[in-house]
Amino acid sequence: MGTRRISVVVDGVRYDDDVEPRTLLVHYLRERLGKTGTVVGCDTSNCGACTVHLDGRSVKSCSVLAVQADGGEVTTIEGLAGPDGELHPVQRAFHENHALQCGFCTPGMIMQVIDLLNDHPDPTEAEAREGIEGNLCRCTGYQNIVRAIQAAAEAGAAPATSAPAQPTPAGGAA
Amino acid sequence: MTAVDETTTTEREFGKARRRKEDARLITGRTRWTDNITLPGMLHLAMVRSPLAHARVTAVDASAARRSPGVIGVWSGPELPGSAVGMPCAWPITPDMKSPTHPAIAQDTVRFAGEIVAVVAARSAAEARDAVDLVQVEYEQLPVVLDMEAALAEGAPLVHPDLGTNENATWIFDSAAAGSGGDVEEAIRAARDDPDGIVIERRYRQQRLIPAFMEPRSIVMDPTGEQLTLWSSTQVPHFVRIFMALVTGTPESKIRVIAPDVGGGFGGKLQFTPEEVVTFLVGRRLRKPVKYTETRTESMLAGHQGRDQIQKLTLTARRDGTVTGLKVELLCDMGAYLGLVTPGIPILGAFMYNAIYKFPAYKFVCTNVFTNTTWTDAYRGAGRPEATFAIERLMDTLAAELGRDPLELREQNWIKHDEFPFTTVATMVYDSGNYEAATTRAKQLFGYDELRREQAERRARQDPVQLGIGVSTFTEMCGLAPSRVLGALSYVGGGWENAHVRMLPTGKVEVVTGTSPHGQGHETAWSQIVADKLGVPFEDVEVLHGDTAISVRGLDTYGSRSLPVGGIALAMAADKVVEKAKVIAAHLLEANADDLEFSGGSFTVRGTDKGVPIQQVAFAAFDAHNLPDGVEPGIDADATYDPVNFSFPHGTHLCAVEVDTETGRPTIRKYVCVDDVGRALNPLIVEGQVHGGVTQGIAQALFEEARHDEVGTLTTATFVDYLVPSAPDLPTYTTERTETPSTDNQLGVKGVGEAGTIASTPAVVNAVVDALRPWGVDDIEMPLTPQRVWRAVQGGGVEATTIQDGEA
Repeated sequence: MGTRRISVVVDGVRYDDDVEPRTLLVHYLRERLGKTGTVVGCDTSNCGACTVHLDGRSVKSCSVLAVQADGGEVTTIEGLAGPDGELHPVQRAFHENHALQCGFCTPGMIMQVIDLLNDHPDPTEAEAREGIEGNLCRCTGYQNIVRAIQAAAEAGAAPATSAPAQPTPAGGAA
Repeated sequence: MTAVDETTTTEREFGKARRRKEDARLITGRTRWTDNITLPGMLHLAMVRSPLAHARVTAVDASAARRSPGVIGVWSGPELPGSAVGMPCAWPITPDMKSPTHPAIAQDTVRFAGEIVAVVAARSAAEARDAVDLVQVEYEQLPVVLDMEAALAEGAPLVHPDLGTNENATWIFDSAAAGSGGDVEEAIRAARDDPDGIVIERRYRQQRLIPAFMEPRSIVMDPTGEQLTLWSSTQVPHFVRIFMALVTGTPESKIRVIAPDVGGGFGGKLQFTPEEVVTFLVGRRLRKPVKYTETRTESMLAGHQGRDQIQKLTLTARRDGTVTGLKVELLCDMGAYLGLVTPGIPILGAFMYNAIYKFPAYKFVCTNVFTNTTWTDAYRGAGRPEATFAIERLMDTLAAELGRDPLELREQNWIKHDEFPFTTVATMVYDSGNYEAATTRAKQLFGYDELRREQAERRARQDPVQLGIGVSTFTEMCGLAPSRVLGALSYVGGGWENAHVRMLPTGKVEVVTGTSPHGQGHETAWSQIVADKLGVPFEDVEVLHGDTAISVRGLDTYGSRSLPVGGIALAMAADKVVEKAKVIAAHLLEANADDLEFSGGSFTVRGTDKGVPIQQVAFAAFDAHNLPDGVEPGIDADATYDPVNFSFPHGTHLCAVEVDTETGRPTIRKYVCVDDVGRALNPLIVEGQVHGGVTQGIAQALFEEARHDEVGTLTTATFVDYLVPSAPDLPTYTTERTETPSTDNQLGVKGVGEAGTIASTPAVVNAVVDALRPWGVDDIEMPLTPQRVWRAVQGGGVEATTIQDGEA
């Protein structure tokens, strides 16, 4: 099977790799780069556990090919905390509000919440719930996640990662 | 010795809403899920699974698959030695129970769609999956039986022809035979004969559910080194070790099982799986590390499922509202095979149908049935949600029949707070409870009377959006379990738990627990227990678990047992550490041990300021320079606790649902629960457990159902079709607690993991039915989808049920 060269910045580090065109971004992150903080929870893009940021917007990395990220910038849960380990306000809010139990959905949930807060810096409860509709959690009943979203908003979490740059990652390298 | 340092932390940890220790790695992606593990030269497995629910496997042609890039090997059942050995069932509920062989890989016949037919090993996961598509399997289709009643009918196709029947076992509890109550047949006869008697007969369906933990199951096997090491996304690493030894003929001492970070279980990972055995066998054969991670669809197809019962219920009462008898007849779907505790799941409910009410006569009969469907087993609550649903639906039905308020009718029949301990008609001894207190508080928080007024107004003005109020005053039995009771129920194994506490030379504390958390927060909660017991800072306690080489003895996590069993073992071990340390402290302080007090982490001589902190005692035990004669160096201790009783948490859940009678859409407007789980070690964690538990119960009521088509194909095998609720589907809950300490353990705690799930389903269904009573609606089958609710409003969706009065 042929491969294609991609160049992608992940959590601030540039990687140049040959990938199979069919390789999903999530598999590239996990298997090639060892970014195992990002996980796979389903095969139908329903659960959102694999959510990362691509060029500043949340994407389900199971629904993006690695080649589509060529030339792009990816932030995963592992790139969120500061250089000395200081937590992102959304990470802190999740901890403070007991917004996680088993924690498997948490990386994707946190990445999605940051995206949500970029769009809605002060979401209502309904907006908070709608904003994480694509991310499933089986443990918490979402109540403390919603609390965490509102706490992070109060703490002025947005804007969080790099501001939205390109509107869509689709198409890969120009 | 120095005077005691007054800065020593003495604030109690018990009851403190500690933020969790485990969060630090989980919110930063520093987690160790099984699928994250990569070992040198590791190979990847993928399973070939049957698309048919019942068929003979006549040929497996793997030649093309074997030629596929990266493929190392392909094995069908007959080609993989050891795969024919049957998977174990640890709960033979009756001496004559029919127990089929469940090979790890089908040898010649598949009995449910999703069963493993062959396994592929390849250099990458993608190559393994590619090769699966190239394995040609020829099947000769056999007739399927999917419906329990059809399965028991004369001439039905047999799931296991060698058993000669589709009936697994019939298990009976009868209070007349047990001497704990009267004869329910007599109570039914009396109610029919008595003009003041009421007989309510109902048939409820507990639909089949899928646990749907977020982390798909994953297994890594490493055959290098002296021990064969198996990492598995499991709730029960200790079980897996024992059964792997038995099934593969490997000495138990040569197997190490590790449950690293595990992403949820809910009973779905309380299993010893064919996938674990296959991964073990292939790794041992290839002498290379191997990994198998299931896809979500595989998880839904082949991981065990839950519930799936048909409940036939008869409740008798007098017109004054007093209940007089309860008869429960169940059909329980095992699926095609028995898992670890499959046949016993309904029996966990057998002692709970009478719930908090004083039934004088009770009988429970369950018949377990094989069908050509995925095997069933534990799912959060396991038998008790089914029981609670039945009785709480019946109590609402009785109230409606009598025109009584459902809470008032319940109070008339429930055990009063001054009647504990109370021996029930099902022979359980409820140690403590206060149903009045929880209900009073729940009514206040809910605004019960105002909502009833609003309901009446909406009815009066024929509002298209009607309001219903649902009640569930539940209890449950958890904290599994007193070993002797398990023995009496023919369960193979005990119910104790073990803990080990060791003080390191530097004064830090390592705790080893036999419980195996997968989201519950034991690292935090156990640290709180030990910090209190030893008077050490919370941060100084490290909790180790889930590795059979570290946690040598343990019975793992399920059945809301971790705190009421494992937590007590830990408290006992810590007490022993203090006792051992006291002897050394007395020696160091040149005092009599009887004159020492231990508080805030220090031993002091009563009436003096002479003291020594426990950390210093730990170091003295380590260097062993100055120990009393005959005292061994070391103050570490372990303890094993076998609970004297089950744990009986309870609570009152109230649910208000708005039902749009034009669209059938039910919307939860308010959900209030006041739970009593005894003393709360960490209220934050308790609240989280209640949120999640209530949500899973609501999901059963409104959203989830595993469905098979007429040939046995699971049609809900993805999250597109199986509706795990997302955030907008759910309300914000109001949760509160009353605290009636357990009198059966030293911490006064009760279980909490399953309570919400057990309680909430009937509260929601009762609310929807309550809203639609004016339409003559008495029941709607779960899940209460808008279509089913709409049909019920139209008069088409209600199953024929009869209310038979004594005078009729």
